[in-house]
Amino acid sequence: MNSVNAMVSLAGVNKHFGDLHVLKDVSLTVAPQEVVVIVGPSGSGKSTLCRTINRLEPIDSGDISIDGEALPVEGAALARHRADVGMVFQSFNLFAHKTILENVTLAPRKVRGVSRKDAEAEAMVLLERVGIGEKARQFPAELSGGQQQRAAIARALAMKPKVMLFDEPTSALDPEMVSEVLDVMVSLAAEGMTMIVVTHEMGFARRAADRVIFMDHGQIVEENTPSAFFDAPQSERARSFLSSVLDH
Amino acid sequence: MNVLIDHLGDVLGALGTTLVMFLIAGVGSIVIGVLVTVARVSPIPLLRWVAFAYVQFFINVPLLALLVLAVFALPDAGIIAPLEPTAIVVLAVYEAAYVAEAVRSGVNTVAVGQLEAARALGFNQLQSLRLIVVPQALRAVVQPIGNVMIALVMNTALAAAVGVVELTSEVNKVNLIEAQPIAIFAGAGVIYMAIALVIGLAAGWVERRVAIVR
Repeated sequence: MNSVNAMVSLAGVNKHFGDLHVLKDVSLTVAPQEVVVIVGPSGSGKSTLCRTINRLEPIDSGDISIDGEALPVEGAALARHRADVGMVFQSFNLFAHKTILENVTLAPRKVRGVSRKDAEAEAMVLLERVGIGEKARQFPAELSGGQQQRAAIARALAMKPKVMLFDEPTSALDPEMVSEVLDVMVSLAAEGMTMIVVTHEMGFARRAADRVIFMDHGQIVEENTPSAFFDAPQSERARSFLSSVLDH
Repeated sequence: MNVLIDHLGDVLGALGTTLVMFLIAGVGSIVIGVLVTVARVSPIPLLRWVAFAYVQFFINVPLLALLVLAVFALPDAGIIAPLEPTAIVVLAVYEAAYVAEAVRSGVNTVAVGQLEAARALGFNQLQSLRLIVVPQALRAVVQPIGNVMIALVMNTALAAAVGVVELTSEVNKVNLIEAQPIAIFAGAGVIYMAIALVIGLAAGWVERRVAIVR
């Protein structure tokens, strides 16, 4: 896997929050259609890493590129880049004053210039696909957490992104709603979407990941196929992390 | 009240002036106030500073002083405009500072996550403000803006001091003729109260219609 045909590539990325060195010289390459799951204890820098990929978190040094193009620092070029990178947040972040349908159509219309009619037709296909077509005319607050998160996934997909970032997409959900969101993500992975997923759902990692990355203290400690990582973790830190999340 | 009815034509004409001043200055102040708020939360430091200075200036200078300044000092500087439009402009830019303060408190109700989502979808700063932040901020501050509008109606009476013949000025004239101050000024007060009541009810109606489901 060389960086020329990588979908996402990070090289020597450093980031500080004040005195705290949250990302320490992190390098990561994600191939097209690859599904990478990032796991690690809280405070390990995994969410921050995810958020640097569309520059919601600026970095102090290093290079990030998407589909061979360096991530611009700011302005219209950065906005164009972000339009190609879908992002799903822990807290859904749907636009509270817009219906679900408007949430999904707004960016295609205003950023991509798609007509309202075409945007709505595509949005309905996406909403049906994530199983909430009948909720299109309702407002975010009228939906359950799982439904809101599926709407947020549809909103991101409506931009036809090259890569999808998921920042702990199920962490804010009631347990019985986690699987409905994970099912959507698994089917997305099966369709060949390039995905970077920060999650605590080890079952999802086993089911859908091509590669699992284990982060701790701002560094990538270990990366491997899911079965190798879960069955035979190499590092002591990964072993102790896995025993703490799996033995309960 | 009978005295006011005896002068019904003049009083209604003056009430019309008051309402016209309120409507034009009201719409103007909301438009200017929203623009000032947008400048105040914009990423450009100079714009933010100008908007901050604007709000501070108009909140800290008495309206009457501004009216006197505009009516008597501007002609001295070579800017000559009719009385009533001058008063309307002064009222609009003055109340805009209060509208801006109200809308800014509404901006603070918009969850940071929604702005991040907007940025992540590729919206530029202006689109994020126009499509996500301002519509939600305005929905959150309908009642406070209604209160600013009520204050604006009351403030139109200050235009009497610089010679605009609006409701207060007109009933004052009626009193000079009839010399029944209690009936005349109480009557004018009831008219102002009625206008304020209508604005308050309208604000409540608008708020119920645009409220964000939470």
